[in-house]
Amino acid sequence: MNYTVTLSRLRACAAAVAVLGLSGCATTANNPQDPLEGYNRAVFSFNDAVDRTVLKPTATAYKKVVPGFAQTGVNNFFGNLSDAWSSVNNLLQGKGEDGATDFGRFALNSTFGIFGLLDIASEAGMPKHNEDFGQTLGKWGVPSGPYLMLPLLGPSTVRDTAALPADFAGDVWKYKEPTNWRNIGAGVRVVDKRASLLDASSLMEEAALDRYEFLRDGYLQRRQSQVYDGDVPRQADDADAGDANSQVVPQPVSPDKK
Amino acid sequence: MKPVMQMFAAAAATVAFSTSVFAAPSAEAPDALVKRISAEVIDSVKADKDIQGGNRNKIMELVNSKILPYVDAPKMTQQAAGRHWRTATPEQQQKLTQEFRTLLVYTYAGALSTIKNETVEFKPMRSSPADTDVEVRSQVNVSRGEPITLNYRLSKGDQGWKIYDVNVLGAWLVETYKSTFNSEISKSGIDGLIKRLADRNAQLASKPLAAPAK
Repeated sequence: MNYTVTLSRLRACAAAVAVLGLSGCATTANNPQDPLEGYNRAVFSFNDAVDRTVLKPTATAYKKVVPGFAQTGVNNFFGNLSDAWSSVNNLLQGKGEDGATDFGRFALNSTFGIFGLLDIASEAGMPKHNEDFGQTLGKWGVPSGPYLMLPLLGPSTVRDTAALPADFAGDVWKYKEPTNWRNIGAGVRVVDKRASLLDASSLMEEAALDRYEFLRDGYLQRRQSQVYDGDVPRQADDADAGDANSQVVPQPVSPDKK
Repeated sequence: MKPVMQMFAAAAATVAFSTSVFAAPSAEAPDALVKRISAEVIDSVKADKDIQGGNRNKIMELVNSKILPYVDAPKMTQQAAGRHWRTATPEQQQKLTQEFRTLLVYTYAGALSTIKNETVEFKPMRSSPADTDVEVRSQVNVSRGEPITLNYRLSKGDQGWKIYDVNVLGAWLVETYKSTFNSEISKSGIDGLIKRLADRNAQLASKPLAAPAK
């Protein structure tokens, strides 16, 4: 399967979903952080269907069948590649020490960690960070904008979606030749990621009354927490809750005074 | 009341009063409290094969006895319900609190059953001794991936410190439920929300807890 064919299939899928989604736009948006709720819900159902039929079973089988050390190796390998981009982003955010640590992790694990299969940097006490260009933009003051559910890629925000091209460019694996290795690797990475989220997703099944809302609200808070590295400035808590939709994320860039 | 009884009552009251006054200074600090119950629960789970095998009743009992006494469920429910809380009758408030608390217990029990060999690391607390509302921050070190942030918000009442919100991976529980509560109440009223929670709890009660994957 060649890369361009997959890409055009992906585009076709996205177009189909967009058409489906627009029909859902008639729903009144009652959450200020989610003006595109109709569209988002449609994409969510699509993603959910793909997850249920393809991704989750694959990830479950992967987790059960593939030996533990191999799973750890895969996880470490791709984690190592992402450390390189995290390092760049940390530096862009002015966090010199964290940036240097991530670069150190990448250097150490790529060499003594045998191309990243072993995570000796963590054992050496070098903490792992998880930075991407969306967080960098957030740190620079760009508000997240409305919640946006992307086909296949999952929850995002307008800002983070705009940052995706940068993240793709910074993805070391993208430059891997030949193409089949790159695609296989990309597939394995997705399955590995899904496998590490299996426990969290079953928890969400139990805890959430409405999975779409639960995912949205949890995701937006988590994203905010990532931008602030866990130190989100606390909003004045509405003790008697004057407004049920208290803002956790900053207002969208262009207030929708339609 | 007969004079003797009155004296008795006064004496009892004085003893009770003085005990509570003397007890106050020795009240546990919030981070010590969270550390303690956290350690107790994790140790219990790791030591008990039954719990690791997914014995739901045992886990529920553990949660009910070791954790629930320190959770301020009414406050959590009130915050999640937001402005709708005031429109609820006391009976509705009580039922809602009960169902929400049960849901949280089931969810927490589900999370506990997946503990294998994770460790919890507490971060230094950033608050002054005079604060009555604090945040205790910790992280769970897992074998695969980055550590999971786990923070607690506690407030000091007359029964000591109680947890009223929990943060996992950056998302506060109360905040995450707020919008679900709001849309459910807007759609079918507070009774509709209570029923929805009750149905979910009934469903969870009959579902067997999955034994943790290897």
